[in-house]
Amino acid sequence: MCFEVDLQLVRGARRIAVSFVGQSRLVALFGASGAGKTSVLDAVAGLLRPESGRVVVAGRVLFDSTGRVNLPPQQRACGYVFQDARLFPHLTVRDNLLYGWRLASPERRWMSLEEACAFLGIGHLLGRRPRTLSGGEAQRVAIGRALLSAPRFLAMDEPLASLDAARREEIIGVIERIRDELELPILYVSHDAAEVARLAGQVIAMDAG
Amino acid sequence: MTLLSPGEWGIVALSLKVGGVAMLGALPVAFALAWALARVHFAGRVLLDAVVHLPLVLPPVVTGWLLLLAFGAHGPGGRLLAHLGISLLFRWTGAALAAAVMALPLMVRAIRLSLEAVDPRLEGAARTLGAGPWRSFATITLPLSGPGVLAGMVLGFARCLGEFGATITFVSNIPGETQTLPLAIYGALQLPDGDATAARLAVVSVVLSLGALVASEVLTRRGAGPGRQQHVL
Repeated sequence: MCFEVDLQLVRGARRIAVSFVGQSRLVALFGASGAGKTSVLDAVAGLLRPESGRVVVAGRVLFDSTGRVNLPPQQRACGYVFQDARLFPHLTVRDNLLYGWRLASPERRWMSLEEACAFLGIGHLLGRRPRTLSGGEAQRVAIGRALLSAPRFLAMDEPLASLDAARREEIIGVIERIRDELELPILYVSHDAAEVARLAGQVIAMDAG
Repeated sequence: MTLLSPGEWGIVALSLKVGGVAMLGALPVAFALAWALARVHFAGRVLLDAVVHLPLVLPPVVTGWLLLLAFGAHGPGGRLLAHLGISLLFRWTGAALAAAVMALPLMVRAIRLSLEAVDPRLEGAARTLGAGPWRSFATITLPLSGPGVLAGMVLGFARCLGEFGATITFVSNIPGETQTLPLAIYGALQLPDGDATAARLAVVSVVLSLGALVASEVLTRRGAGPGRQQHVL
C-alpha cells in the first residue's frame, strides 16, 4: 500500500474532499482543471495545511489531524515535480540539482549527480542557468532535482503540460523508467485521459465542486 | 586634500558616520517592516503602511519635534534611555536617530519591492527539497532579493546624508557633534563670508547623492534582470 490519503481542504470558498488508498506504484489524480488536484498534491507535500484528514505514504504518517501529526515539508521526503519546473533562477543547473542532495543526510541518498545525469541525459546542461533551458530540458532538470533530494515518493503535477509532442514522449519515457526501474511510488496529477491510461496503475477521479 | 579645509573634512566624516550608523540601524527594522507588508496578511496592514510612510510626507520639523517629545528629558523614550545612562539630545547619536526615521520609508519601499518580486512558490520548492524555513530564506529569498535590499541601503544612506529638518529640530546644529553636511551648509549661508564653504560642501553633497542614486539604479536593474525593471522612486 503506497498511498493512503483522506483529505478535506478549503481553498477560498471551495471545499475539496478526496479519499483513496493507492495500491499501485503510480496513482493518478485525474479530473478537469479546477478540481483541486494541485491542492491535494500541495497538502500531501506539506505546502498546504488541510482542514482535516490523514496522509500516509509508504507506511509513514505525514499528516493526521486526529493524531496531531503534521510533518513540515522538509521532513516529508516528497520529491515534488511542479508543472512549471520551478527551478531556482539564481543557481546553475548543477546547484539546482544538488540543492536537495546537499540537504539530505548521506545515508538516505540513493542517487548520485552522475547517475541522475546519465538517467535523464542532462550532463551537458550542468553549467547552464535555468532561463537558458528549453521546456523539456527544464522539466528533466526539475525531475533530477527531485530524485536527488533522496525522496521516498514523487509528487508530479502535470509534468507534461507545458511541452510539445516530441518532448512529451521523451518525459513520459523518463517517468515510466522512474516507475519501473527505480520503483519509486508516484502520485501523479493530470487532466489528460490518454496520458493517465498509459502511465497509471490506478486512477482516482476528481470532479469540480 | 586641498579641496576642503580640515574642518570641512570633519563635517564630511561626521556626515558619513551619522549616515552609516543611521542606515545600518534602520536596516533590520526596515527589513522586518518590508517583510510584514509584503508577505503577512493582518488587519492593520494599511495603517502600518501609512505610518511607515508618514516621515516621507510629514513636514520634517514635525518629525523632529515628535522625536523631541519622545526622547527629550521628559519623554518616555528619553526617560528609558536615561536609566541606561544614554542621552540622544544634542548628540550625534540623536542625529543618527532622526536620519534613520527619515530614511526608513525609502528603505522599506525598496526592500518591499524586491521581496514582492521573489516568487513564494520557489520557497515552497526549496521546502520540499529538504530546506527548513530559515534555510529557504537564506538560500532562496535573500539572494533573489539581495540587489534590491542593497539598493534600499544605498538609497537610505543617501537620504540620511541629506537629512536636515528633523535633525536640526531634534538635536540642533552643533559643530563637531550634530552638524552634518546640510546643517553646515545652512550655517555657512548665515555667515557673511560663508559662500565659498557652502559651495564646496554643496558640491560634496551633489557628488555623494548622485553616486548613491546611480549605484541604487544599477543594483536594481541587475537584480530585476532584463525586462523586469522596477523603480524605487
